[in-house]
Amino acid sequence: MSTPFYVSPEQQMKDRADFARKGIARGRSVVAVQYADGILFASENPSQALHKVSEIYDRIAFAAVGRYNEFESLRIAGVRLADMRGFSYDRRDVTARSLANAYAQTLGAIFSSGGEKPYEVEIFVGEIGGEAGADQLYRLTYDGQVFDEHRYAVMGGAADVVGAYLEEHYTEGADLATALGVAVAALGHSRNERGETTDREIGVEQLEVAVLDRTRIQTRKFRRLRAQQLASVLGATSA
Amino acid sequence: MVGDLPGSGSLPGARLPASYLTPGSSSFVDLLSTHAPDLVPGRRPVPDRAGADIAPHGTTIVSLTFPGGVLMAGDRRATMGNLISSRDIEKVFPADEFSCVGIAGTAGLAVEMVRLFQLELEHYEKIEGTTLSMQGKANRLAALIRGNLGLAMQGLAVVPLYAGYDLDAAAGRIFSYDVVGGRSEETGFHAVGSGSLFARGSLKKLYRPDLDARTAALVALQALYDAADDDSATGGPDVARRIFPIVHVVTAEGGARLPESEVTALAEEVVAGRLVRPDGPPARLEQEGGA
Repeated sequence: MSTPFYVSPEQQMKDRADFARKGIARGRSVVAVQYADGILFASENPSQALHKVSEIYDRIAFAAVGRYNEFESLRIAGVRLADMRGFSYDRRDVTARSLANAYAQTLGAIFSSGGEKPYEVEIFVGEIGGEAGADQLYRLTYDGQVFDEHRYAVMGGAADVVGAYLEEHYTEGADLATALGVAVAALGHSRNERGETTDREIGVEQLEVAVLDRTRIQTRKFRRLRAQQLASVLGATSA
Repeated sequence: MVGDLPGSGSLPGARLPASYLTPGSSSFVDLLSTHAPDLVPGRRPVPDRAGADIAPHGTTIVSLTFPGGVLMAGDRRATMGNLISSRDIEKVFPADEFSCVGIAGTAGLAVEMVRLFQLELEHYEKIEGTTLSMQGKANRLAALIRGNLGLAMQGLAVVPLYAGYDLDAAAGRIFSYDVVGGRSEETGFHAVGSGSLFARGSLKKLYRPDLDARTAALVALQALYDAADDDSATGGPDVARRIFPIVHVVTAEGGARLPESEVTALAEEVVAGRLVRPDGPPARLEQEGGA
């Protein structure tokens, strides 16, 4: 008679966490940067069709790293939840906090349940308020933990290196051009094994950038910046 | 599972319902009929008695195209039987960035239908990452109207007018509907609601295919004035209360409501003209342009 191996709960959780972390580390980073008029999301993404950053609701955006099919289904679920809530109550009653909560519960439940494989994703949920002080940015990890982020946040492959660059160069209350410049430079920042910087320039065709812009007149504040707009905004800073 | 009833408000902290995470339709109406069928307008039991006079009715909407866009205007009156139930109701709404919808018929049902229609377009756009075609949008609205057929038979009909700028065709387009959801595309101009007969007659005489946006708005206001002149359920410009029609303009740059100051100026021009000639600008008897 074969006896099943005993695996301690600690070990089980650690294995699952390692599994998820490895999956997430394979992808490129996504940064979120707070600037004067809202929140900017940027990522290196050669695909024009498969987005990492998307609109959820009027003032709420979603960004993710990891397995596309997993975060895509979370994104769609978020849109459904938000639209459903907005229809049955009012548009103002849809908040990033409740959405982040729903995501956290979902990810947490999947992570700790024995049957399902943990999701290999990390998520940003951002919401802009009337002024910069009211902006909210949540980062959710594969196990359902929620982090309330301020100023800037990074997730994905080289999160520590990109984060270190932002720590050094981030300025509060910057305009869009400055914030975009810092975010893109941070994404291209890397170090080799000897600790020397080996920065590279990411072309505008390789970037996926979107903002929640509180200066937009429309109620839907989410706006994508296409290659052409990116070039003109980035050109303005370097000039 | 917690949060099975998202329509009635899933508690914060509840897990996303499993069905939200399964791939499915991009239609919000489909989602609503699965999760909160009681909120779908067409699903409610139909009352067994006619009740046309129990709820406010909205009246006249006009729409016309001009080179580079389309505009829609609506008067501000809602009636309930022989009473005026509202003098400042809004009956023209943006449906999405490039289209707008105006409502005639039972106001309460129509406003709910517009809300659902707006969300239907937005939901599709967010899920699919692209917008529906102009015909696709017009067909979705037809489906919503069809869902209201039972109530329409009891006198609670909703008859919207849909107009928008078709980016593919690079032109403004107008779609009209009947109570059973039959959709037809109109060329140039159209009007719906109780005063629409008079408005259409007026539009016929004043419409030119080469109007600019400002003149087109003026034509719309003239048509609404003519509707109000002969139809008791259509409200004219209320000079005393400063209540003027709502005008929504859609061009390739997107749609926006004409600012109140501009509408006021246009409406005052119309009223001033009517003080001189109460029947409005005369149409020329001979054909224009010689030839």
